[in-house]
Amino acid sequence: MRGEEKKTPGVFSQKVDTIPDREARLDAIRDEARARGEVAAEGMAIAGGPLPPDAPVGYYGQPVLKAPVWTWEIPLYFAVGGIAGMAAAIAAVASLTGADPALAGDARLVALGGAIVSPLLLISDLGRPSRFLNMLRVFKSQSPMSVGAWTLVLFSSAAAAAWLLGLPQTPPGWTPLRVVVDVVAAVLGLTLATYTGVLLGVSAVPVWTANARRLPLLFAASSLGAAISAVELFGHFTPAANVIGIAAAAGEVLFSGLAHRDGGLAGVMRDRRTRLLLLAADVVGAAIPLVLRLFAADLVAARTVAAAATIAGTVCLRYGWIAAGGVSTTDPSAALDPAAK
Amino acid sequence: MPTTAFLTDSTLCIGCKACEVACKEWNDVPGDGYAFTGFSYDNTGALGHSTYRHVKFVERLRDGAPAWDFSSDVCKHCERAGCLDACPTGSIIRTEFGGVFVQPDVCNGCGYCVVSCPFGVVDRRPDDGRAFKCTFCYDRQKAGLTPACAKVCPTESIQFGEIEDLRARGAARVETLRARGVADAVLYDPRDSEVGGTHALFLVRGDVREYNLPPAPRLPGTRLREAWRSAGLAGILALAATLVAFLAT
Repeated sequence: MRGEEKKTPGVFSQKVDTIPDREARLDAIRDEARARGEVAAEGMAIAGGPLPPDAPVGYYGQPVLKAPVWTWEIPLYFAVGGIAGMAAAIAAVASLTGADPALAGDARLVALGGAIVSPLLLISDLGRPSRFLNMLRVFKSQSPMSVGAWTLVLFSSAAAAAWLLGLPQTPPGWTPLRVVVDVVAAVLGLTLATYTGVLLGVSAVPVWTANARRLPLLFAASSLGAAISAVELFGHFTPAANVIGIAAAAGEVLFSGLAHRDGGLAGVMRDRRTRLLLLAADVVGAAIPLVLRLFAADLVAARTVAAAATIAGTVCLRYGWIAAGGVSTTDPSAALDPAAK
Repeated sequence: MPTTAFLTDSTLCIGCKACEVACKEWNDVPGDGYAFTGFSYDNTGALGHSTYRHVKFVERLRDGAPAWDFSSDVCKHCERAGCLDACPTGSIIRTEFGGVFVQPDVCNGCGYCVVSCPFGVVDRRPDDGRAFKCTFCYDRQKAGLTPACAKVCPTESIQFGEIEDLRARGAARVETLRARGVADAVLYDPRDSEVGGTHALFLVRGDVREYNLPPAPRLPGTRLREAWRSAGLAGILALAATLVAFLAT
């Protein structure tokens, strides 16, 4: 539809290649005007001038939609919040099954760290950070941003409580409460790690809405992998952690593959930054860790590399998808599609 | 209270931009520079955080001859509004006149309405930090006055009134124009779309897409249920994988 379309004949039909031709044409116009009192021939169109010969889509190809205004904090918050949320879920399972109390303790610490950093990132992106508490003025189930803000606030409290109750010096009498708090933090954490996908999917941005069902799954897989990786870096290179890492990386490869196959990403992948970020998310964040975890699980060095790569990948994934959204708003054709479902 | 609307008739618009000026003056909207867009004689460009009325200059060939149509664009004040659904603070409200209004004393600038508008209207003002868009002159309407843009329009291209009256007036105007030989006159009134209609109707010539008016504007909230179902499934899968890993190894 764009530049490759053929030029409309007529508009640019005048020969304007050479100066002598144009001078001769001016002479002819003068003669005609002198003789007849008017000039019958149609004028010349200026190159690229008022009537675009290649009619672009819509209003001069101008965007219909607005690009996201979020600053660097938001994609990072998506990643950190996802890690924290999934770490809380890992802590709950490791602790409640009795499988690995030490790992659970460090997972609670990861969740707490994320629970402290996440609100700071979210608040600093706001146009009016001093009004963060306005987020808690109302609860709107139809707004994923509202659900997310409430989830974050409650999760931060639960993660802090879970960490305190999970400390070794906490008296055993507190154990039933710790179990309850662990479960609450896990449920809120799973919401925190997935709602960001809902947030993007429920918008007007074409490439996000086309993946409204895949983004929560993709973000969950990426967050789970990064969360177990962060816990592993505390020295928990256990077989169980490796299995979680494998499942998460496989899930990310699957859902990212589906998005690339059916999610209308071809247009945004032409943008260099988006392409590099999404490729890094898949290769560094999923493919490399998957290979290392499958074939070199006994090597601490390989596991360390896999864990660090997964965490880097989860960050790239969020920056990539937000960049992709911005790029997709510059093309008006999706928003102007009359066959929109 | 009456449910009010705009009817913007591009066949009457002379492109004078008095609506843009009046809107800026009445609503204290900051200037947005002297930038040249370079794509046409339209140097306003698009609706945004500091542009609540935008006169579009649509140039094209009609029956082989150059034609120039003007159309003053504005917030559509959707019947089901994406920005209103998205707003987490309750800053964006439905007024008693049926318009969509951003309460500036509540907005905290989260930016979610910006990506939730299917018409790309609302935007965050960088220096101020809050989201802004057409107020439908809520203050004037409360005082029984016509919105500033409609009041100053010298050709009555921008008409303001009760929505059903304007729908009838728009339909009648299309009939009149067609009877006069303007066969391509159409009324933009997306009542059958996901947004369920707008409180800003547009009478334009030709394809509404040439005015960047989406034939089928989409409401983000229609995907809410499927996205949350996906999130629920994702949570269950993550828990299951973790549980299996700890129990099996």
